[in-house]
Amino acid sequence: MEKLVMRGGVWLFVALLLLLAAAASSDWAFSVHMSIACLAALIAAFASGKGFDFLSQRYPVLSADNASKYDDDLIRFGLIATIFWGLAGFLAGLYIALQLAFPALNLNFEYTTFGRLRPLHTSAVIFAFGGNALIATSFYVVQRTCRARLAFPSLARFVFWGYQLFIVLAATGYLMGVTQSKEYAEPEWYVDLWLTVVWVSYLAVFVGTLMKRKEPHIYVANWFYLSFIITVAMLHLVNNVSLPVSLVGSQSYSAFAGVQSAMTQWWYGHNAVGFFLTAGFLAMMYYFVPKQAERPVYSYRLSIIHFWALIFLYIWAGPHHLHYTALPDWAQTLGMVFSIVLWMPSWGGMINGLMTLNGAWDKIRTDPIIRMMVMSLAFYGMSTFEGPMMSIKAVNSLSHYTDWTIGHVHSGALGWNGMVTFGCLYYLAPRLWGRERLYSLRMVNWHFWLASAGIVFYASAMWVSGIMQGLMWREYGADGYLVYSFVETVDAMFPMYLIRAFGGLLYLTGAIVMTVNIWKTIAGSPLRQEAPMTETPYNPEADRPAVAVPAE
Amino acid sequence: MAKQPVHDGQRVDAPTGTAFVGHEWDGIEELNTPLPRWWLWTFYFTIVWAIIYTVLYPAWPMIEKATAGTLGWTSHGQLAAEMTAANAKRAPLINALAAVPVEQLVSDQKVYQAAVSGGAAAFKVHCVQCHGSGATGSKGYPNLNDDDWLWGGDINAIHYTLTHGIRNPEHAETRQSAMPQFDAMFKPAELNAVVQHVQSLSGKAKPNAAGAALFATNCVSCHGANGKGLREFGAPNLTDNIWLYGGDAASIKQTVRYSRQGVMPRWGDKLDPATIKMLAAYVHSLGGGEATVAAAPIAATPAAAATEAK
Repeated sequence: MEKLVMRGGVWLFVALLLLLAAAASSDWAFSVHMSIACLAALIAAFASGKGFDFLSQRYPVLSADNASKYDDDLIRFGLIATIFWGLAGFLAGLYIALQLAFPALNLNFEYTTFGRLRPLHTSAVIFAFGGNALIATSFYVVQRTCRARLAFPSLARFVFWGYQLFIVLAATGYLMGVTQSKEYAEPEWYVDLWLTVVWVSYLAVFVGTLMKRKEPHIYVANWFYLSFIITVAMLHLVNNVSLPVSLVGSQSYSAFAGVQSAMTQWWYGHNAVGFFLTAGFLAMMYYFVPKQAERPVYSYRLSIIHFWALIFLYIWAGPHHLHYTALPDWAQTLGMVFSIVLWMPSWGGMINGLMTLNGAWDKIRTDPIIRMMVMSLAFYGMSTFEGPMMSIKAVNSLSHYTDWTIGHVHSGALGWNGMVTFGCLYYLAPRLWGRERLYSLRMVNWHFWLASAGIVFYASAMWVSGIMQGLMWREYGADGYLVYSFVETVDAMFPMYLIRAFGGLLYLTGAIVMTVNIWKTIAGSPLRQEAPMTETPYNPEADRPAVAVPAE
Repeated sequence: MAKQPVHDGQRVDAPTGTAFVGHEWDGIEELNTPLPRWWLWTFYFTIVWAIIYTVLYPAWPMIEKATAGTLGWTSHGQLAAEMTAANAKRAPLINALAAVPVEQLVSDQKVYQAAVSGGAAAFKVHCVQCHGSGATGSKGYPNLNDDDWLWGGDINAIHYTLTHGIRNPEHAETRQSAMPQFDAMFKPAELNAVVQHVQSLSGKAKPNAAGAALFATNCVSCHGANGKGLREFGAPNLTDNIWLYGGDAASIKQTVRYSRQGVMPRWGDKLDPATIKMLAAYVHSLGGGEATVAAAPIAATPAAAATEAK
């Protein structure tokens, strides 16, 4: 009890400090942010008074301790948060895609301009949707592959809710124009500091759980999760080194300038892709694909070799974002060759995922969740081939600054990250809530086709648009003069922009179908009447820590 | 695909015939499949390729500077080579352009046509932002396709405007004029009368005697007695129903009350003389280009002549 009072008191004190900071600042956006943080601290004070799981206690549907003896409350929240932020991010993406085709949709209103909504979209899908998926699945997987409950349960709750506060601060900041203008690292210094606290806590919970493990070895998925957590911490700390103008203001100046700033930024940006969107999601793949396929992992040796090769090589490939810039030639060369050598280590993950289906290939025909995972691995393989290809200077001189880059990113993000996340969410929902199975497998199938068609429209439109744009920019007439003005290239891309937006609409529609399906699963609706498809059985008896922990 | 021989006592996965490693996590096991050969050899190949490439090109940072690569390639060198090649290709036209004085450019059809196509490309880079990609202009930015010229439409005058710009501060040779602001001088009724008169010049309104009288005292020195304008001051022709800022009563009233001071950058300090000549040829070719008048009163200042001679 004393501890609870103490904890609540600390949060109240923090809230008071934040309130003072909000009042002391002459910077409107900073005041808004401090007020949001103050509100969060008050909620934390209230929640710690009630015990951390008051939401689960208030809404029993969020808690289903009978289904599992693992610490799964957070993972249930995480699944809902993943879907919520996913929908928000996809919607923002569709809207900015339409803005590109119809600029009037900027609404001549500063908060809704493309420049502010674009980072909102990228951060919502990568950090809010992807990040929540990673945190939730990592907590799920690490418990099960270690046969141990989460270490530091209170800290784990702090990680989850602290991360949501980070998302809210980042998103509202973009709308108010608060940005340090570094791609995928837009939030300002105080939000960065907060994320650092949250992320170090995440590392502590994850490593603590690994140390509690009852298994002799650490499963490959956990290597990937750990490399993701550690490397993202390192990237975040280095790229965000900056000096605030005022301790009660939202503006700061980066410690790096000129080409050093560009290089640091793309070392960060490329490895955010490498360790957040590749290593982290490979970790998801390494647990959920064998579980759903009910097959052993194809090759233990391949997993070791491709893990270490990927970790070693990825970190050097960032300079390929700065070909033909002020970056010294030698750094460009190294960025390019490391990207090419990275090709096979990236494909190691695809091989291990796809070949795990060896002996269960028929499931692609009958199991829509496996189909989703296989499609995600196919897109993973495609974009990890496309990436090294685009890093070749001759290719890059055409593709750089064009929509080809956007197409590449989205075939990876929609195809690989999105699809594998959907597969995991479908796997998790009935197990976390103790349901017989998903409300509908046919709806999963609909989601699969909507999303796949959406990606095809999106990516092919951007390939055409990007290559056309690159060729138009560099086209010289017989006398050696440029043939097209910039605005003519923009005009030529209009039909592609429409097709891209249509692809995004299909993808969003698929996600809405998923939301309905998982909603009904959570709510315990009677299963939908439909023709049967393959299901993967679930044994609740086996889904528990090695040593039974007494119920709290 | 190569298979590892299965030893006694190892469990074997029935569908694949491969041995298990022996670990198990939450029901997940791993097979002891060797690395796929094609994967391994492709990986080796990329490593070998990378080593060769880094020997050929600048790559490894040393204490003082990075290795230069045996090919001697640099991105600066590549740029210089490409620019040299492009310049060599363009040289005949550039030289021909330099040899022809701008006022005679129209008569040299071969050079003129080449200059027009070069000017079209340069226009897309430097001019479309204001004049539009079809040079059709928009409010405040003149349409260059018609034969309505503020400062003169022969190639000499166009060239002068391009070189020195319009209303550039601190540039003596720039096109310069300032219409007075009549806001304080005209009473509201007088203002309406003048506006009606101006509109009547192009048949947009009925004549207004009071307006005509005010026009005669205040406006004719620049716009001329019959409102046909005067290019010396960039004063527009008010009779042709072509309006830079709008021909409705409200727009004209705004212009009379507060004047308009449109500006255009001078390109003489930004572009090379050949490009400016090409732009002049292109704009001249758009449809409204006028024949050069010998000893034209417009733009024939000594400064302009000196520029032409360069």
